[in-house]
Amino acid sequence: MIADAWKVAAKDLRSEWRTKESLNAALAVTVVLLLLFSFAFDPGAEDSKLWSGGLLWLVYSFAAALIVNRGFARELPNDCLEALRASPIPPGALFLGKAFAGFVLLLAVELAALPAFLVFYNVSLTWQAGWVAASFALATWGIAVLGTMFGALTVNLQMRELMLPVLIYPMMMPALVAAIEITGASIQRQAIPEIWLRLLTGFDIIFTALAVLLADVVLVD
Amino acid sequence: MAEPLVAADGVWRFFGDFAALREVTCSASAGECIALLGPNGAGKTTLLKLLARLAKPQKGGLRLPAPERVGYLGHGLGLWDELSARENLRFWANAYRAPASAAETWLARVELDHVADAPVRQFSRGMRQRVALGRAFLHSPDLLVLDEPFTGLDARSVTLLQAVLREALARRATVVVSSHQIPEVMELATQSWKLERGRLQSGVTQ
Repeated sequence: MIADAWKVAAKDLRSEWRTKESLNAALAVTVVLLLLFSFAFDPGAEDSKLWSGGLLWLVYSFAAALIVNRGFARELPNDCLEALRASPIPPGALFLGKAFAGFVLLLAVELAALPAFLVFYNVSLTWQAGWVAASFALATWGIAVLGTMFGALTVNLQMRELMLPVLIYPMMMPALVAAIEITGASIQRQAIPEIWLRLLTGFDIIFTALAVLLADVVLVD
Repeated sequence: MAEPLVAADGVWRFFGDFAALREVTCSASAGECIALLGPNGAGKTTLLKLLARLAKPQKGGLRLPAPERVGYLGHGLGLWDELSARENLRFWANAYRAPASAAETWLARVELDHVADAPVRQFSRGMRQRVALGRAFLHSPDLLVLDEPFTGLDARSVTLLQAVLREALARRATVVVSSHQIPEVMELATQSWKLERGRLQSGVTQ
């Protein structure tokens, strides 16, 4: 299953690299929103350290919706999804591959936009940087796998660009809250409570297992 | 008598309350070519999707080869426009557990090896259909499920499709093909299945 998932992820990443459709859109949205919010709030104020972590992850969640939306939508032209479903690639591997491609793309957008955040809001994430990096990876995987699962459910809806965020934002709240708390603690140079990393790990395990187990139901008519 | 490679036993398939397939029972053995005929809306595509494992019967049973032994060509081409013909066929060869050389063999077979590295989006409709043929055939499947494969093909591509179908039948593959181009299909068919409002009429052996 891992080998099949890797084939799908490599194919998706290659396709995205050629068109850069979701990468460009997500990166542009992220940087523009960070810039606009930096004008709306006073990033120099001392209390900006309290809310800037939350703002960063809200902006990242908007970027995530753009990226995971493309995961299954990419397969609609030429009925590629039908061809994939007819192939020996197990539905769970198809899900995992798409989630991994989404994870790589979203993480790339997050890392590319991070310097803009650090400069616009005059903050640092060097405090307990290892835990912060782990939280970025865990939260991004959770968002990618959840978004991929709902992306498959909404792929045939005409209003999928609207429906997907409506469905995934409430579901991704635990991962977002944990990531916000960890990022905020690092910015404020406070100890990072272990509970948030555990919550992120649990979130990832539950939704990865659900995605793989439900893939057959979601993808086979 | 040899066991059939493909068999449907009292298969029903519904869309809401509408029965698209009604108690369909049929079978085909290795080396047979089945022409699936019937008017629009008769249930041909639904039956082909069941044979390609794209849907499951709600009643009745199906006997099918393993997914890696089935080749499916539906209404869509199953190709990614931004990838090259070679990248597309390599992906599908890999997915169907066929050697990477199968992609090269089929690029030559469909006479597109000279443009193999160009993105499929730059190809004409006919060229894209030839790549899609390569996709469906490259793993030498035991069962070929083809939904109106002759539609929109130019004369050269029709000849190519008939040739590769003959080769598949010669190596004892089973072919189930729906088409409105009846002469092209009946040239190859050993049996026809006629669907009317989801019900299979009596099979006609050639």
